Amino acid sequence: METLELTQEEQFQARIDADIRIEPKDWMPDAYRKTLIRQISQHAHSELVGMLPEGNWITRAPSLKRKSILLAKVQDEAGHGLYLYSAAETLGASRDQMLADLHSGKAKYSSIFNYPTLSWADMGCVGWLVDGAAILNQVPLCRTSYGPYARAMVRVCKEESFHQRQGFEIMQTLCEGAPVQKEMAQEALNRWWWPTLMMFGPKDADSPNTAQSMNWRIKRFTNDELRQKFVDMMVPQAEFLGLTVPDPAVKWNADKNGYDFGDVDWEEFWNVVKGNGLCNQERLGARVKAHEEGAWVREAALAHAAKRKQRASEV
Amino acid sequence: MQVAPPTTHTPETQTQLFRYVLQLADTSLILAHRLSEWCGHGPILEQDLALANIALDFLGEARSYYQYAAELEGQGRTEDDLAYLRSAVEYRNPLLVEQPNGDFAATIVRQFIYDTFHYHLLQQLQAGPDTQLAAIAEKSVKEAAYHLKWSSEWIIRLGDGTEESRRRVEQAIASLWRYAGELTTPNATEKELQAAGLVPDYAAMLPQMEAHVARVFEEATLPVPQGVFMQKGGKDGRHTEHLGYLLTELQYMQRTYPGLTW
Amino acid sequence: MNQSEWPLWEVFIRSKQGLDHKHVGSLHAADAEMAIQNARDVYTRRLEGVSIWVVESSHVHASNPDDAAAFYEPANDKIYRHPTFYQVPDSIKHM
Repeated sequence: METLELTQEEQFQARIDADIRIEPKDWMPDAYRKTLIRQISQHAHSELVGMLPEGNWITRAPSLKRKSILLAKVQDEAGHGLYLYSAAETLGASRDQMLADLHSGKAKYSSIFNYPTLSWADMGCVGWLVDGAAILNQVPLCRTSYGPYARAMVRVCKEESFHQRQGFEIMQTLCEGAPVQKEMAQEALNRWWWPTLMMFGPKDADSPNTAQSMNWRIKRFTNDELRQKFVDMMVPQAEFLGLTVPDPAVKWNADKNGYDFGDVDWEEFWNVVKGNGLCNQERLGARVKAHEEGAWVREAALAHAAKRKQRASEV
Repeated sequence: MQVAPPTTHTPETQTQLFRYVLQLADTSLILAHRLSEWCGHGPILEQDLALANIALDFLGEARSYYQYAAELEGQGRTEDDLAYLRSAVEYRNPLLVEQPNGDFAATIVRQFIYDTFHYHLLQQLQAGPDTQLAAIAEKSVKEAAYHLKWSSEWIIRLGDGTEESRRRVEQAIASLWRYAGELTTPNATEKELQAAGLVPDYAAMLPQMEAHVARVFEEATLPVPQGVFMQKGGKDGRHTEHLGYLLTELQYMQRTYPGLTW
Repeated sequence: MNQSEWPLWEVFIRSKQGLDHKHVGSLHAADAEMAIQNARDVYTRRLEGVSIWVVESSHVHASNPDDAAAFYEPANDKIYRHPTFYQVPDSIKHM
């Protein structure tokens, strides 16, 4: 029998194919490490920036109960950002560097957060639609090939399930309320529907990284597969609420056992990605401001810790 | 939460107690609201979470007080009616908690002053004769102990950190210390309830509070402010200009769409 | 800029009395006391813990994956360490 020496890369791929998780100190191809750092940090940045559009409404929530729920939810997003930065740090990336890349515009975050939140119904839509789309993206990531990322995602998904429910509950309350509330719900759905479909990324044909990511089992479904799943899930829920999805092309297709739906405005998609969304500047500006204004606080804590250490060593 | 039956009071005491519980509710809500403004803007992610946790504690405490106040009043008002449909002159929170967040040092100083009072107050209230108030206090005092630890440690870090942090924390103390006195200066309602034994004697709490401040400030290498002229009025509805703006935002939905359920 | 980054800490949480502390992730903190408090705020928001350990990440020493064969495979053929290796007559109880 002829024994074949497998290259490191082949051994690595064999482990991936056997669904054996990759752990921080294991050998991995540079490109795998880079792809993961890019994806995990983008994901973390999205959680961080994602706090802003909802954070917007914490001070204006219409009841004390809603205020508590919303604050707890936005706080969860901070937590999720933290779990993810922590996962990326196991790959040798520093949080400071990742934040610097976010602040300089080099690193991206989910474009959905560059849309404004204009009414209370937006809190419903963000929870119901945006978090719904996020969950579809995230659940497969619980089985992603890199161990720390998969474990972070298990924690995120566990916590995320209340987010979508509270969003749906807000929508339901509005739809069962006064006419002005139902109008508010429909108006918000009209604005959020298309941007949410964009969350799944470009069409498979225009997504050059998908094949490699699928091969490495970082990604487990293509963009178009997830988008279809989302529409199939959401159209009946909108019907339940008595709302109309703002796409005249939505129609049940028995042959494919799913809905047909219209095409996303890809020009808008690429423009928002490039930084031309309504809120790109504000969102990034808010993050940079928080980081810069926090610098003296972080320095003070370090300086104090150093003084204490010094004193302890003198005793 | 209530194992012991609710305490019964005379109608006069009940009215005073309603006012006092409302004052506690307003105080917790306004402080929670201010802290929640930090969400997404904290100096580091870990502290963003800490600030939100503290805000959630105060929000929970506020809701318990509002619910109890509504019960004491017996007019069928809900926690939301009390929070969202009263104007600034009807709000009874002390001036301290409505002060804007400012920089992190101002938030910490405001928090430290209130936590010092809050923790010692709840310690007394949990042993007080009103079973419902005692039950709320018993739950909240654990949270307050953690808040006090958090804000005390930050005072120490900022005071004994860098030159800049020291300058900022000194500035915050200079602008906020004048609101500390109101916390332990009883208004008419508190005086009556103190006489009835329902509200603790603030004067008796002071030595412990002062000892805590002295210990923390010493470690922070900060001088304890002396001879500051103390402002007051919030507990009687005379506020600083900041509260009006805060309530405009807080009450926006309920005022714009009256009478709806959300 | 890197001078102002707080050190990284690994967090271990005991989810209930009687169980081991388990690694849950990491976070940044200026000192140990703050690391414990941050861990409480970050990792126990849903009653996940009753006790917290933190260790500065730079103090964790880990085995090298390249040594995996030398480290762990020798245990493979020592099945006599496991109770199921031994046959006990059916009539013998409590063993």
